[in-house]
Amino acid sequence: MESGEEAWRQRAARRAASALPEVWSLLDGISDPEIPVVSLWDLGILQDVCKEGDTLVVTITPTYCGCPAMTEIEQDIERKLKQAGHEPLRIETRLSPPWSTDMMSPEARQALEGYGIAPPCSACTAGGGQPACPHCGSQETRPVSEFGSTACKALWQCDACQEPFDYFKPI
Amino acid sequence: MKDTERKQATLEYAQRLGDDAVVLGHRLSEWCSNAPFLEEDLALANTALDFIGRARMYYSYAAELADDGRDEDDFAYLRDQREYRNLLLLELPRGDFAYSMARQFLADVYNLLFLERLMQSSDERLAAIAAKAIKESRYHLRRSRDWMLRLGDGTEESHARLQRAIDDLWGFTHELFEIDALEQALVEQGVAVDTPALRDAWLEQVEQTLAEATLERPADDWAVKGGREGYHTEYLGHLLTEMQALHRAYPGCDW
Repeated sequence: MESGEEAWRQRAARRAASALPEVWSLLDGISDPEIPVVSLWDLGILQDVCKEGDTLVVTITPTYCGCPAMTEIEQDIERKLKQAGHEPLRIETRLSPPWSTDMMSPEARQALEGYGIAPPCSACTAGGGQPACPHCGSQETRPVSEFGSTACKALWQCDACQEPFDYFKPI
Repeated sequence: MKDTERKQATLEYAQRLGDDAVVLGHRLSEWCSNAPFLEEDLALANTALDFIGRARMYYSYAAELADDGRDEDDFAYLRDQREYRNLLLLELPRGDFAYSMARQFLADVYNLLFLERLMQSSDERLAAIAAKAIKESRYHLRRSRDWMLRLGDGTEESHARLQRAIDDLWGFTHELFEIDALEQALVEQGVAVDTPALRDAWLEQVEQTLAEATLERPADDWAVKGGREGYHTEYLGHLLTEMQALHRAYPGCDW
């Protein structure tokens, strides 16, 4: 998943070099509607913020093709920025490079775990172990279903504490 | 090929791929609240969403290329069945669970092979959509293949139902590997996928899974085709009637 890590580095570099740090900070206040503990930035949805003439352009990328939260996310960004007087404003959706869980920030992984969602484990997909239970930390876990309550999650269960949990699918 | 011709052909191609995605997505969505158990209900609804999202991406691109004021909704909701160019396999009724899983498996194997090639398209937008969609299709195939093994190598009843489904679907798979003049011209431009070239790899994977699932590979003694020309089974019209009813009754409806 090198392309994902590379995309994360590029994304972090874009933010570091941005002439609009206050806009990025404002957007840090918007979280994913389905996972309120993770911001759009941490999740990797927020890709870029720049100015084209007078227009502020915010670029986002969808996690999944059919993610129903994208419309709400766009509305949240628009509301937040307009309230702070950032107009004119345009929100662009970019598909390439495709979103990957490797684009997530280290903070996102911690926040997910604290919220009861096992963070994505790329090694697990290749057969290298199981995601640890976010409740008790046991590795004695098993998949219940490849698909969970949202497109980005799978259903797992812990055989140690018996609790079911959501697992953020690595893609 | 002139730029204008290429643009028009790419528009039609994107529309075909959108038709494939929306029709299969709708069929999958019909399982919502009807699946055998809750986890499967969620999985089918999630998969349906992936395909509907894919359709939106293809249609949005087609709408941009058309540049005539139409948007993705016009493509999905305001075209009649003769204007739809989806593959027939994808429009067949959902049938029982075995039938839906068999269709899904045949389509998923195809989709992975197809998207791997489309990622290499000289058309950047199509390549970007493919790069996004292929990640989802890998999950789809893992699951549908798993069900093939569980049902095929399961009980007498599940085996019989899955074999019947494969037999009934097989004749519709030949169309996946047909190509017409429009796609051939786009293949030469590096835009479209040369689908006849996918058949050997598809067959190899499908035959391997069928054998593992203790299922018979049907004979190639019948074939139904015509989706890419707009000739459909009797089922598509009914699907569109349901899918388009709201939009046609309340054009531009927003809530």
